[in-house]
Parts: sequence; C-alpha cells; structure tokens
Amino acid sequence: MADSGYLVGEYFINGDVACAEAAISAGCRFFAGYPITPATEVAERMSRRLPQVDGVYIQMEDEIASMCAILGASWAGVKAMTSTSGPGFSLMMENIGLGVMLETPCVVANIQRAGPSTGLPTLIGQQDIMQARWGSHGSYEIIALSPDSPQQMFDLTVQAFNLSEKYRVPVLIMSDEVVGHMSEKVIIPELRESDLVFRKQPKGAKESYRPYKTDNGPVPPMAIAGQGYHFHVTGLTHDERGYPVMTAKAQDNLVTRLVDKIRFNADDIVMYNEHLTEDADIVVCAYGITARIARFAVDRARQEGIKAGFIQLVTLWPFAEKRIRELALKTKTFIVPEINRGQIVYEVERCAGGVRTLLIPHSGGDVHKPEAILEAIRKCHE
Amino acid sequence: MNNHVENDHASIAKYLRQDRLPHIWCAGCGIGPALNCFLRAIDKSGLDPDKISVVSGIGCSGRVAGYVKLDSFHTTHGRAIPFATGLRLANPDLKAVVFSGDGDLAAIGGNHLIHAARRNIDMTVICVNNFNYGMTGGQVGPTAPYDVRTSTTPYGNFEPAFNLPMLLYGSGASYIARWTVIHLHQLESTIMEALLKPGFSFVEVISPCPPVYGRMNKEPDGLNSLKNYVKRSVIKNGADPGETEITQDGPIVVGKFVDVVRPTLQESMARMAAKAKKPAAK
Repeated sequence: MADSGYLVGEYFINGDVACAEAAISAGCRFFAGYPITPATEVAERMSRRLPQVDGVYIQMEDEIASMCAILGASWAGVKAMTSTSGPGFSLMMENIGLGVMLETPCVVANIQRAGPSTGLPTLIGQQDIMQARWGSHGSYEIIALSPDSPQQMFDLTVQAFNLSEKYRVPVLIMSDEVVGHMSEKVIIPELRESDLVFRKQPKGAKESYRPYKTDNGPVPPMAIAGQGYHFHVTGLTHDERGYPVMTAKAQDNLVTRLVDKIRFNADDIVMYNEHLTEDADIVVCAYGITARIARFAVDRARQEGIKAGFIQLVTLWPFAEKRIRELALKTKTFIVPEINRGQIVYEVERCAGGVRTLLIPHSGGDVHKPEAILEAIRKCHE
Repeated sequence: MNNHVENDHASIAKYLRQDRLPHIWCAGCGIGPALNCFLRAIDKSGLDPDKISVVSGIGCSGRVAGYVKLDSFHTTHGRAIPFATGLRLANPDLKAVVFSGDGDLAAIGGNHLIHAARRNIDMTVICVNNFNYGMTGGQVGPTAPYDVRTSTTPYGNFEPAFNLPMLLYGSGASYIARWTVIHLHQLESTIMEALLKPGFSFVEVISPCPPVYGRMNKEPDGLNSLKNYVKRSVIKNGADPGETEITQDGPIVVGKFVDVVRPTLQESMARMAAKAKKPAAK
C-alpha cells in the first residue's frame, strides 16, 4: 500500500472490491449505503478502508437516505458514492433526480440482480438499464457506465468520478452480479493528480457568486458549503442565482442546459470497445458480463468463416448513437444479447436505420451460453 | 418581551435574502416568527454564519432555506435530514440546521428523524408543527390531534397523533424542547441553546396555519390561535415527554424537556477510526 493509503499493484479481488478500491484511488472520501445483495461487498470494503484514509463511511437507514447523504457530502466538497442493487436503486430514483437538478457530482454503483421486485437477489440481471436512463421523473440526461470485468470495474469507477466531477451529474456504474462477485487479477495503477478530475470551483468575489451561472461551457463552477458563499440551491426550477422561478421560460433554460451539457459532450463521454467490426456483416452489441460471452461467440463464428464483429458498449448513457449509426452503414445485422427481455436493443434499433436488429433475450439468473449467441450469428449468416 | 422582538431588525436583516422578499407565507402564519427567532439565535450564538448550512425539505416551512442568506439547501420531501447528515459528516466544521415542517419531518421523513436522533449526530432540527399540510391545502398531518377537521378528515381525524417530544425521546435525542409562537423569547434562547448543544437537538414550534387548518378548526385568523396558545400553554421545563401529548382542546405543554449528554456520532466515529489506523491494511 502506498503511503497515501490507496493500493497499488496486482490484486486478486472481486468486482465489488475493485469498485471500492477504485473509489478510494479516485479520491472518494464519503460513502453512505445500505446492505443489499449483491452490492454489500462494496459497502463492507468501504467501511474498512475509508477510516484508514480519513474518509467517512456511514450505513444509513435506507437507500433513500444513502442517496441524500452522498449529495450532502458532495456539497461539503467531498467526492462521495453509494452502491446498491435493484430494489435500492428504485428507492434512490427521486434523489438521483435531485442530484441532476442541483448538479451534484456523485457516483452510484448498481450491481444488478434480476427483478422485478425482490426477484433473484443473489443472481444476475441486466434489467435496470432503462431505469438508469429514465427512472427519475422529469426530462434529463445522465451518464451510465458498464464494466465487463473487475479490472474494468476499477477503471470505470475512476472514470465515473472524473465524469461526475467534470459534468456535475450523478454517474451510474451499471454493473451486474457476475462482475461484482467474480474474482480476477486487477492491476491498480498509481494514479497521479493529473489522472483525476475535481469540479471547477468559482473564482471572484463571493458576494457576486451565482450558483448556476456558466462561464466557459455549460457546466457552472460549484461552490462548497462553509466557505462563505452563502449560496442557495433548490430542487425547484431555478435561475442562475439558484432562486426558484416558476415559469416555462426558466424551465426551458434550465432543462435545456441540463440535457445539452451531456448530449453535446457525448463524444467526450461515450466509450466502446470493438473487435473485428471492420468487415463485419454481423455485429454483436453487448455490455457488462454479456460482452465477454458475445466476444467469445464472435471469435468462434470467425473460425467458421462468418464475418462477425463485436462492439462492447462501455458507456450505456449517453448511448453510443453516432458509432452505431456508422456501423449500420456497413453491416447487415445487429445482434443484441442482454440479460433482460429487451432494453438496449431498442436503442440499437433506433440507430440502425432499418438494418436488421435482433434481440437475444435472457430473463436473468444466469448468463447467456456462448452457443446461443453463436447460433444466432449462424442463423443470420444463412 | 415586546421591545426585544420589535426593535432589532438589523440583527436579522443581514441573514435574509432581501432580494427574495416578500415571502410566500400567509398572514398569521407562524413560520415567520419561528424564522425570526432562529435568525436572532444565530446572531447571538456567536457561531460563524459562514459555517452554518440550513437544509429544508418540502412544504411551507421548507421554504425557509430559500430566504436565509446562508449556505442553504432546498431538498426533496422528507429528506432534509439525510442530506444534512452527509454535509455534516463530510465537513466537521459545519453546523447543520434542518428547518422544516411536521409533515416533512415526521411523516415522509419520519424514518430519518428517528435515526438521526438515535445516532446523536451534531444537528439541530427545528420543526414547525402546524398539524397539517399547509402548502397543499390543509390535509391531515402526522401530528394532527384526534378528531380535528382537515381537508382530508372532513368527519374528524380518526388517527392518533405523534407526540414529537416523546418520539424523539424514545429515539435518543440529546436535547428536546417545544414552544409555541407566542413564546418568542423562550423560543429564541432555546434555539440558541440547541445550536450550541453537541449532538442531536430538536425544537418543536407550535404554529398557526390560519387559512387552512385554522379555518377548519375555529382559528380562522392567526390571532385566534395565539389567544388559544395563551390559554392552553403550560410551561413545564423538564416535563416527562410522555406527558406532553397535544390534544384538540387540552393543555399544550411547552418548555425544555430533555437536555442530556450522550456521545455524539462524530465522537464515536473518531474513536473507532483511531483503531482503523493502527494496523496497516492488508
């Protein structure tokens, strides 16, 4: 362990632990959570590690309180996160919306299990993808990332903090039970200060500070409580002073900016990995653990002489719209395996411009068999 | 008492966002006097205003955060306390004050209220109790006495009420007091004491709500309510919280009921964190 209190080197750890360690490496010093399978290991790790690095771990009375507490901590100037799974994610929705409205950097890890309702607490699902996008009421944009391994869980958790600080928006890590619970080698790099982002802070006279006045670009500098700015922020529709304004015009100004600050920066936010898509007639599009299975199936198809390719959606939201549209110009079929009965497939279809788009659904509790994806590729090839 | 209240606008004007006045509260509402006492208490407490964060939930009392010229957060319904919990834990220099209403704190936010008291986190909660949801037009609240009429209990309230001091006592709050808005002097000194008290302090402020609750319960203007408070209030410092229940027509027991010393959450956290640092992490 480095003197600074974070791990550096090679470790054999599960995805949940990698998430916690990445948060600490990224400078997270506040965690509020509530026990829930299969995300509990994130909280347990944080409860042990945060006090070692002068951070605060608190177990709240429920997930609603956990979400609120990380927003409060963020306004106190501390990078903050929580972790949960389906039922807790549902409870967090209202205050994820508050985070969006107050423009509060924070990170929420959802280690997805299968639902609806209590569903399969210990078994995998990828069923909260549309909830991540639309779960809180109102019109907004959000950032969601999806790792396929403990290593990527580490890397994306660091990214999640950076993106949330840069764009002042809650960033969701939409992982799943298998990635959360699988143990693999994780290389933890020594992160330099230049690898980490901290929100832009206001300059100039404190009296004239306006919480939502933008300077360069759509993301306003963020003051911290306790420094004499005497700012006000509210979940009501507000102007650049942070004061409530109940008009359609104020609503349009605010909501347009909240949406555009993500939408217009999609090129900066969207990440994906591709494999053999150059000449592919069939592109398999997947995310999370399913991406690894899909890639395996694509390699098998290539051995059989089928021109198959693969794209992993690392960023789920904003959707990799531009790239899917580009691929749609040269491929003949998209195949989308996901552990739900159809969510991301509709986004792919929307961007496919009429190119055939097939879902390989899975109700959860298990992952796709590579043969199921391979079989679908073969059928499309016929 | 009158001189004290009337002649000192300067002491509180600096804590108000003048550019947001006039406020939204109705004539005869008790939130104004409660806010007035809160700001006077801040002024006299010697606390650095830069370090005070005011957090409110939703409702008429929830609008307080929007009028104070301090770092102030208008959050979601019922969630001011957990938001303030994050603020306070992340920066131990901050004084976290939650100013909200009975519906926000004791109904939708009831779980957070009791857990914050149990933890004994350094936080002051000022609860304006007007027995109903004023902003939405006077629906029954969790503290509404049995049999009172509201817009959703047209035949009389069929539920028993929360007695907030009793609830908070059972949850472990370090400091519990209640006054009505006629007890301005006591309310001001109580809030100041609460602000300076380590651990979780809770101040209940019994308040008129003339246009809705009052209108349906024979107190159609603020003055009716104030006269009623004069008649019904019984000052009983140190009263057993179990004997402070408010009924439709019975006495309103007011005073400082609880003032005890318990380890605060921050003290306990620091004690445990010291153990975390001894052995190197594996």
